[in-house]
Amino acid sequence: MSRLVFSRKPARFALARVAGSIMPGAGASFGPLAVEPDELLPLPTPDWVRLRPRLAGICGSDLAMIDGTASAYFDPLVSYPFTPGHEVVADVLNADGSAGRRVALVPVLSCVTRGIDPLCPACATGQINLCERVAFGHLEPGLQSGFCSDTGGGWSHEMIAHPSQLVDVPADLSDEAAVLIEPTACAAHAAARYTGDETVILGAGTLGLLTLAAITARSTDRRGPIVVTARYAEQKRLAKELGADVVCASDELPRWVRSASKSLMVGDQLTCGARHVIDCVGSTESMQQALQVVAPGGEVQLVGMPSNVSLELTSLWHREVAIRGCYAYSHADFQTAIDIIRHHDLARLLSATYALDDYTDAIAHAASAGRRGAVKIAFDMRGK
Amino acid sequence: MPRPGFVLEVDRSTPPILFWRGENFSLEKLPAGRSRVIYPPEPLEALSDIDGAIRNALLNPIDQDPLATQLFPGMKLTIAFDDVSLPLPKMTRPDVRQRVIEAVLDTAAAAGVDDVHIIAALGLHRRMHEYELRHALGDRIYDAFHTRGMLYQHDAEDHDNLTVIGTTDEGEVLEINKRAADSDLVVYVNINSVAMDGGWKSITTGLASYRCLSFHHNPETLQNTKSLMGHRHQSALHTSVWRLGKVLKDHGPKIFQIETTLNTDMFPSPFEFINKREWEWTAKDRATFLGTTKSLNRTPIKLARKIFHGIEGPHQMTSVQAGETEAVHKITLEHVHRQQLMEVHGQTDILTLGIPFVSPYNPDGVMNPILVMCMGLGYLFNMYRNKPLVREGGVVIMTHPCYRDFNPVHHPSYIDFFEQVLSDTTDPAEMSRKWEKQYAEDEWYRHLYRTGNAYHGVHPFYAWYWGAHGLQHAGKVIIVGGDPPTVRRLGFTPASTMDDAFEIASDVVGRSPTITHLHVPALLIADVQ
Repeated sequence: MSRLVFSRKPARFALARVAGSIMPGAGASFGPLAVEPDELLPLPTPDWVRLRPRLAGICGSDLAMIDGTASAYFDPLVSYPFTPGHEVVADVLNADGSAGRRVALVPVLSCVTRGIDPLCPACATGQINLCERVAFGHLEPGLQSGFCSDTGGGWSHEMIAHPSQLVDVPADLSDEAAVLIEPTACAAHAAARYTGDETVILGAGTLGLLTLAAITARSTDRRGPIVVTARYAEQKRLAKELGADVVCASDELPRWVRSASKSLMVGDQLTCGARHVIDCVGSTESMQQALQVVAPGGEVQLVGMPSNVSLELTSLWHREVAIRGCYAYSHADFQTAIDIIRHHDLARLLSATYALDDYTDAIAHAASAGRRGAVKIAFDMRGK
Repeated sequence: MPRPGFVLEVDRSTPPILFWRGENFSLEKLPAGRSRVIYPPEPLEALSDIDGAIRNALLNPIDQDPLATQLFPGMKLTIAFDDVSLPLPKMTRPDVRQRVIEAVLDTAAAAGVDDVHIIAALGLHRRMHEYELRHALGDRIYDAFHTRGMLYQHDAEDHDNLTVIGTTDEGEVLEINKRAADSDLVVYVNINSVAMDGGWKSITTGLASYRCLSFHHNPETLQNTKSLMGHRHQSALHTSVWRLGKVLKDHGPKIFQIETTLNTDMFPSPFEFINKREWEWTAKDRATFLGTTKSLNRTPIKLARKIFHGIEGPHQMTSVQAGETEAVHKITLEHVHRQQLMEVHGQTDILTLGIPFVSPYNPDGVMNPILVMCMGLGYLFNMYRNKPLVREGGVVIMTHPCYRDFNPVHHPSYIDFFEQVLSDTTDPAEMSRKWEKQYAEDEWYRHLYRTGNAYHGVHPFYAWYWGAHGLQHAGKVIIVGGDPPTVRRLGFTPASTMDDAFEIASDVVGRSPTITHLHVPALLIADVQ
């Protein structure tokens, strides 16, 4: 039995950064990610349980970490060495080691999981994604399972979790559907701010498509079009299928938004625009474009994880635009996610699975998913 | 003595034939024994005394009194003229419009008329740049009238300056420029480059509003325009325009129509080889062709465009007639036919067309993909009388790079049309239903049309509708050398070479189709028997 481990090895980290800049995903071959034998993690308190992951997805934040492009902001929020993998469907192991209930993991390591009492104000209101204590308590720092040395992660055959982190997977949901519950919960959290006005979703990777799915599955009051930018043919097809009114290339977006919002133009800047722009990419280019197409007084929601970006913010100031982060979810979003997955039959978004030993291929596939006509790539631990 | 048009039956000794490919050319070998090339009539002799002919037309108009006797002090006189969309390429100075308008102004001055407005009859075309107005009218007219606000361009969206003249029996509303409508006399100065121009179309389109144009510039009318350049009774467009003309005649201002025709001497040195028949090329022509094409292959596209759009055609006036619109136009058409009409026997399975760098809608601009379609299926396909050169269900093959390139100043709504409308549908009727209103009423396009140099927001629809009959008639359209994704977006089939195109066409027309090549640039109307 093996697991993937990400260690603190600065030289390898630098190498991964170089390799990743040349070929996305190449950090897996040159960086500090390696296969190691599974080890039995101690349970922090007796109520914690052991999980045997079935499938564990590869997320954009995992890829950023592997290719060395993740922000230094996270340094104090992770603990090394750790096993990545926070998009997990797993079996809870009984005391005798047999498989029990099938669960999806809520990976956020908030006050409850950390044994912190009283809860921080955010956790007290159920907003575990805003927990103020993600580096404290009886666990090593780690904003989520999959970034914490104490909990292990989904890219393994065994990890541990607090009971509050477990969501039962309904019997009618396949593992392939269930592995999408966690990213869909992110999308459900983002979609909660949808107003029905003109909305732009930048990017049609996993997060963009799931956010679109979350909006169209639950919202019936659509007053303005939903415009999605997509780069590849399969992404465009899926975006249309999931209910986008307009799917276009990113260089076509300003013109689509201009005509949809009946806007004039001053230089390259629209005079009007979309009330709500959801950036599921998180790059300088995507954020700058978001500011170009957002309406005065509108909101840019950052769902894709940004890092160091350089932005011209004059229009934000002048047009009173709000940029709002959008991280993770609450427990309620997981129930919503299950409904969304059912509504759109989202298991089809899982494009390929790999064994842990084939992790370099898996990471390479995930890093070029769009170009290769894929959406979500995951590790499959069911065979061993 | 210029030679009449000629139909060459291609045999094994026939040299490769010249095809336009946008800002370049190619030579294509057509299959022997089943191909023919239609060469247009050679350019007619120009009038020897052009200014004298103009004076004579004003003094001896058809079915009207001489212009001088219709002018009086204190009257409102409006002179409207055809815009930059013709002639192509632009003619060497002095332009025909300048010569005619100077003569009209001299006559008006002699009659003591001082309330004279000169209006570019744009319809929904882009406003002309200053250098284009100066080229068409001359510096003297421009400097004298423009600074005083008496030379300006028609604005089909200026509702304060549009007026309804009346309505036809079919419910078509004639709404035209208010200054023209309120004038004691409107003098219209036309260049009748092709047979569809002129007559009542001059004012009822050039000085009309969008509302007025939409009655005939629509898919249904243009699909039923079975001969745009031929007999008027086969053209639903002209039938509608003539109905509007009757309203204009009965209820509008008095009109003095001046129509001119040009010969087809379109390209000066060193491009004379374009006008020639290939087997008559001299060694110098062949060397020029080789040098030109090889240089153009290495020339950046923007520079190549600059070179081509800088060409001034040596074409000259072959006739000028003035007076009552319909009577004048009848004679004008005779002159157009004298230059352009030629008899061709039988239709063909495949029609090949070389698409040049310019169409009526991109002078000094980019021949974008929509204009390639418009030029091929809207103009060149329609250069016939009686019946199309290609049989119904046959194949049209065009040669053009069909790059995805647009002039954002001239064609802003074309870019959106390409991205939004054509990705949804290429069917004229469907796009009209789903999209036209949005584009026609878009405030940004309206602003750019009214204050910049942009075609009206609805214009790409009209360019597409112009090819509606050709689109309906052809079984397949292939573009040789076109950018494949762009060609597919148009709904057409890309091919790398002419041989590939013939192979692709064989799915529709079989293995031994007849092929007809329309030799352009010179203009012709194939009278297909």
